[in-house]
Amino acid sequence: MKPSESDKDWELWEVFVRSQKGLAHRHVGSLQAANHLMALQFARDLYCRRGEVKSVWVVPSREVYAAHPDKSNISYEAGSTNRFRDPETYITHSEAKASDAS
Amino acid sequence: MSVDHAELVHFEGTINQGLSIEPDDWMPGRYRQSLVRMISQHAHSEIMGMYPEANWISQAPSLRRKIALLAKIQDEAAHGLYLYSAAETLGAQRSKNESELRNGRAKYSNLMDNAATSWADVGAIAWLGDGAGIVNQVSLQDNSYGPYARALQRICQEESFHQRQGYEIIAVLAKGSAAQKEMAQSAIDRWWIPSLMMFGPPDSLSSHSEQSLRWRIKCEPNEVLRQRFVDDLVPQIVDLGLNLPDETIKWNDTRQSYDYGEIDWQHFKDLVSKGGFQRAERLEARTNAWYEGAWVREAALARNNQLRKAS
Repeated sequence: MKPSESDKDWELWEVFVRSQKGLAHRHVGSLQAANHLMALQFARDLYCRRGEVKSVWVVPSREVYAAHPDKSNISYEAGSTNRFRDPETYITHSEAKASDAS
Repeated sequence: MSVDHAELVHFEGTINQGLSIEPDDWMPGRYRQSLVRMISQHAHSEIMGMYPEANWISQAPSLRRKIALLAKIQDEAAHGLYLYSAAETLGAQRSKNESELRNGRAKYSNLMDNAATSWADVGAIAWLGDGAGIVNQVSLQDNSYGPYARALQRICQEESFHQRQGYEIIAVLAKGSAAQKEMAQSAIDRWWIPSLMMFGPPDSLSSHSEQSLRWRIKCEPNEVLRQRFVDDLVPQIVDLGLNLPDETIKWNDTRQSYDYGEIDWQHFKDLVSKGGFQRAERLEARTNAWYEGAWVREAALARNNQLRKAS
């Protein structure tokens, strides 16, 4: 039989599940579906067969924009090198008292 | 140092640190190819694993057993889909992967080509076949490719129920009437060797093994995994009052493991190249399912076009 329109891959979706109130949605995997309604149904069957589910998100994979430290123009270095955001770089009450005493 | 060489050093360094390789990281072509082949074969095996069991849904001996079998088969379908998605992150197109399965070009575990001839076979497939699968998959959870490792973690969590319900089926039959016990024994006799074969030939006979272990495509040698399975299962089978279809099985005090008989790897090679007992029927069933589902896929696309126009 000839390949038809129906043999083409459906769009790829990323699935996010919130398993408990108070938790963020977590990426659980991906699936193929023709549209968002179908993606939500498939997400139930594929990723929600066990355990509690509070909410499900499906997002077309092509709508996810990503940056990667090695590959984009955005620098992420400041996060790990600028120590002035770390509380440990500042003295505490007990350290201040200790230095007064000495 | 060439660009590729520097990339390779970085890649192998990441693996040696026990970190994962992710889809957008640089990877050698052979790493990508090996993983696509391995993940696709794994996916196909999950999908084809539904077939030997499917006949028994309507013949399950109780509602409890029927619900468990349905849930198990549903899990197998899902596992196939997690894995096709993982392969997709390496650029393996799903439709191509599926068509290679239908036209017989792709390989899958030839255990799935055997027929489940009795209810005890349903138990043995789950207990021994899925049991062997779990030993393999638990080891592969440490695989270096992130999406595959994550799919495997989910699969392993879900599969332990498969093996437990399989054990229960055999345990109940083994304590039942003489005829039931004979049915259980005959299932063990027929599924034991195919389950041992699921781990593949000894690594000394495989061309890919060394590099696969170095790149953590595989985490442990086939022989180690097979031995782990034998050591787990032999006492459980004996405790049920059943026999193993291998008279050479004996506890080895020095190795602290069971010795077991040679496996006929020539027969295994024939099975891989020609397919198992019911290969033709299996592929026909898979192909029919695909074409019978065509109208659903077409309707979904038509509905999708409608939704797009409306929005």
